[in-house]
Amino acid sequence: MIPMIVVGIYLALLVGLGIVCSRFFRGTSADFFVASRSIGPFVLLMSVFGTTMTAFALVGSTGKAFGYGIGTYGLMASWSGLIHSAVFFLVGIKLWAIGKRHGYMTQCAFFRDRFESDKLGYVMFPILVALVVPYLLIGIMGAGTVVAGVTGPKGPNPGAFPELFASTNGAVPPWLTGLVISSVVLIYVFMSGVRGAAWANTFQTLVFMATGIIAFILISDALGGMNAASQAVADNAPEHLAREGKIGRLHFFSYLFIPLSVGMFPHLFQNWLTARSAKTFRATVILHPVCIMIVWVPCVLIGIWAAGMGIDSPPNAVLGKMVGVLLKNPWLTGLLTAGILAAIMSSLDSQFMCVGTMFTKDIVVHATGEDRYTDSQKLWIGRAFVIAIVAITYVISLFADGKGIFPLAVWCFSGFGALFPIVFAAVYWKRTTKAGVYASLLVTTGVWAYFFAQSGFGGEHLLFTELFSENVGAKHPTEGIMPVAVMFAACLVTLVAVSLATKAPGSDTIDKFFPKKND
Amino acid sequence: MKNKWIWIVFVLLFILHQDVWYWDDRTLIFGFLPIGLGYHALFSLAAALLWAAAVKWAWPSDIEAWADEADETQASEGGSA
Repeated sequence: MIPMIVVGIYLALLVGLGIVCSRFFRGTSADFFVASRSIGPFVLLMSVFGTTMTAFALVGSTGKAFGYGIGTYGLMASWSGLIHSAVFFLVGIKLWAIGKRHGYMTQCAFFRDRFESDKLGYVMFPILVALVVPYLLIGIMGAGTVVAGVTGPKGPNPGAFPELFASTNGAVPPWLTGLVISSVVLIYVFMSGVRGAAWANTFQTLVFMATGIIAFILISDALGGMNAASQAVADNAPEHLAREGKIGRLHFFSYLFIPLSVGMFPHLFQNWLTARSAKTFRATVILHPVCIMIVWVPCVLIGIWAAGMGIDSPPNAVLGKMVGVLLKNPWLTGLLTAGILAAIMSSLDSQFMCVGTMFTKDIVVHATGEDRYTDSQKLWIGRAFVIAIVAITYVISLFADGKGIFPLAVWCFSGFGALFPIVFAAVYWKRTTKAGVYASLLVTTGVWAYFFAQSGFGGEHLLFTELFSENVGAKHPTEGIMPVAVMFAACLVTLVAVSLATKAPGSDTIDKFFPKKND
Repeated sequence: MKNKWIWIVFVLLFILHQDVWYWDDRTLIFGFLPIGLGYHALFSLAAALLWAAAVKWAWPSDIEAWADEADETQASEGGSA
């Protein structure tokens, strides 16, 4: 009961923060959607980091390490430290500059002009939204599994609310957690727009980093110290201390394409546009790898320690179980649960914002004209669309029980990562053409859908296992190539081949998007 | 592209990510940290140092001036959308 009171207080604090932020709201759509491009370095660092660290980073990484061992860190965290910052440096700053110079608020508006195609946004919008939905889904599912784990039965004893939730033996059911979390995020985002989301992100990122460190210390103490916890892994599950037998070398290497997804995330595009100046990016570029390390190393250790304890749990519930079972102080348990939910909500808010912005700007305003609706009406149109998407995602989450958060997130990131050549070409290759972009979008989407279906709609999936893996036919073959590598290659080859075969863009477009040497 | 050595170090780190030498090493350093995990944690710090160097010596300062220039054809928010 007490942990849920603490979580309730935390959620009320967030709504309060939304009320405070709303006092700074200038009442314009530019302020609502890109905070009038006024966000400073610290808030940008925290909001970009908070946005990229989701249920995937905490719940997913712990669950993945529980199954696959320490290689989980190298698959995602260290690749991301190198590649995310490279994308911020090479692509993010350029997009910020173009966005500022020409007043863009969304990816679609930029791509429409850059590739001289009014219809491109209508093709791109549903693809981007379809890829964001799994991202929202893992947040809602992650929150549900963590709270269920914390409030669930402890050994022979029933969970926290045995009379209220008899069907789950006292645990708060995931459908209820998902509903509450989505509602709280919707409330504070609707009150103050992207500025509220950025401030809430900053607050929540600090909360989840601090509580994560506290959780790590307390869990290791409960296990008799870090040395004893790791020694238990060496004794009971030694394969978790290395990659041999768990993750193959090609498998490990081909994960490099996943972090490229940050270049195509529509919510990060919007985050970048909020920056006050190019210099605002400096802290993000430098400190992002360190922030990733601070969050992921403890999560991976907790995951392998859980394996060393031999706990019986589905991967998604490992973190919730470790907090719920090992920590005896209910106030601390509540605080740590709030910290985990903070990480989840700090991504949901940016995603909600961007989905609403894209629909308002790229579909409604683009189709009906800038003056058809008032600013206030545009805000409400965006909000209505966000509610519709969240409702759809929520319903999907009710039927997605059993799907792993880590693989589901990887499918989402694979789609965005595979489309990276488009955004890179947009800012570096003048010869990219409209036809090339259409063709690569369609080919990549088709290849993604094919592999996604092959995986059983969101499962672990490796290609060419029969060529490389020694355990072909196993439920989880260790060696093979991530589908994103093939999807990326399909996108790149199609983009280059079709662009070279079609008419180059006009000089007006090139002059608009590429600074001249003397500029 | 300014300061090509930054990108040479980037490629070097890219290669060093594939640490085949620790693939089956289960040693615990400091008594608790698996060596493969410790290596990749250090890799993250090395990446941060690389980007600090890139910010100092390869910062695209011209892009900010270009962004701030008044654009006569696209002054309004929202581009041409």
